[in-house]
Amino acid sequence: MNDTATVIATSGLSKRYGRTWGLQDCTFNLPRGRIAALVGPNGSGKSTLLRMAAGITRPSAGEIRVLGSSPLEQPRDVLARIGYLDQERPLYKTFRVSEMLRVGKELNRRWDDAKAHEYLEDLGIPLASRIGKLSVGQQAQVSLTLCLAKRPELLLLDEPVAALDPLARSQLMQVLLGSVTDEGTTVLLSSHALADLDVVCDYLIILSSSRVLLAGDLESLRAEHRLLVGPRRDRSNVPAGAELVSATDTERQSTWLLRAIGSITAPGSDMVEPTLEEIVLAYLRQQPAGSHSRLAGSRDLSLADDPLDSGEQVRAR
Amino acid sequence: MDTGNGSSEALIRFRLDSRSGVPAYRQLVDQVRHAVALGVLRTGDRLPSVREVVTQITINPNTVHRAYRELEVAGLAEGRPGLGTFVVERGKGGGHGPSEQQGALLAELRSWVAKAGSAGLDIEGVQALFAASLDEVAMPGETGETPHDEKRGRQ
Repeated sequence: MNDTATVIATSGLSKRYGRTWGLQDCTFNLPRGRIAALVGPNGSGKSTLLRMAAGITRPSAGEIRVLGSSPLEQPRDVLARIGYLDQERPLYKTFRVSEMLRVGKELNRRWDDAKAHEYLEDLGIPLASRIGKLSVGQQAQVSLTLCLAKRPELLLLDEPVAALDPLARSQLMQVLLGSVTDEGTTVLLSSHALADLDVVCDYLIILSSSRVLLAGDLESLRAEHRLLVGPRRDRSNVPAGAELVSATDTERQSTWLLRAIGSITAPGSDMVEPTLEEIVLAYLRQQPAGSHSRLAGSRDLSLADDPLDSGEQVRAR
Repeated sequence: MDTGNGSSEALIRFRLDSRSGVPAYRQLVDQVRHAVALGVLRTGDRLPSVREVVTQITINPNTVHRAYRELEVAGLAEGRPGLGTFVVERGKGGGHGPSEQQGALLAELRSWVAKAGSAGLDIEGVQALFAASLDEVAMPGETGETPHDEKRGRQ
């Protein structure tokens, strides 16, 4: 832990676009050195949150502090110390890779030119190539390299692996994690690739319909959730001390995500620690369209009858 | 993009089973224990650097740190600042390979597995029986801490 333990602190952070909310009443504290997953359906507010953290979008209400300062009001204290990678991966398509690196070098005080060259060489991306001629995966690598060479304390990545094939995805994550290991960078990244995030992230923020459904240390969240898999049970028969987050039932079998502090038992059923994907999907299922969710950490997790896919899921364990 | 900082080749390669339900740090700990039990790793061997593990299996660096810390607490490894983390075999002064006793146990287990096979059990059946017996018998040397005790503080 360094001088400031919290890298991003938001409180009641909200963004309104005309009559619709981009983000509502968002509160969380992201500690230094974490790799945080920002997940949720399209349009749930992930990009809005990242853009507010990057000082691009102005909040309508509430507050956001990045590295102790407001990214919009005190940009000098923040912007040089963060790296933001937009979903669109903005690059000058007619530039050569080497020219893009020169732009980065001219614009950034802490620029690490040797590292930028090393990454690109390892990936076999020729410096003389025009950006527009590179594959999508290579363009993603160049954008990430530009971000990493800034040597940021905080990286904000908006769907960095979207549209990449499995190999490119894995290479991009390798470069990212290698750099994070060397530099101790804090990362907030949005993604739909839930299975990939499981062992990469140690902090989780779930957004849905512009609200935070759940936010916190992933290991603590895992410890206080259990996946019950067993013979079909009645939904009034929730094990003592637990709350039902959401249920997927077949004719014969129940698969329930439960939230409980402390141990819970259900004789005759398996009780396993859920994966990140299982936690995320259970919380998103819990959300019927248009309902009002509660804030992170709330104990009031009402059970929604699961309209999406009763009967779909048969788990083999 | 394989070995981070060159010189020493890693002696073992970790792998992760995302479907096992076993936490990632625990899988790493188990794989080191396993490699030591089989004599693949011996006292004085250097474990792969955190960076090597992170880029090999795309895993959170904190998870690797945690696994190595756990091995140190269990007396199975020792960190040497600036050099890395090294294997220490408990009890025996740097024995090589599996001990006689372990060899006997392994032979017994092999004949048991063969029996299970001729009794018609498949791999899953064998694993289920094995896991069930492990659950019932308390094994010595389990590091007592559970993930639940550790970081309770949320947000």
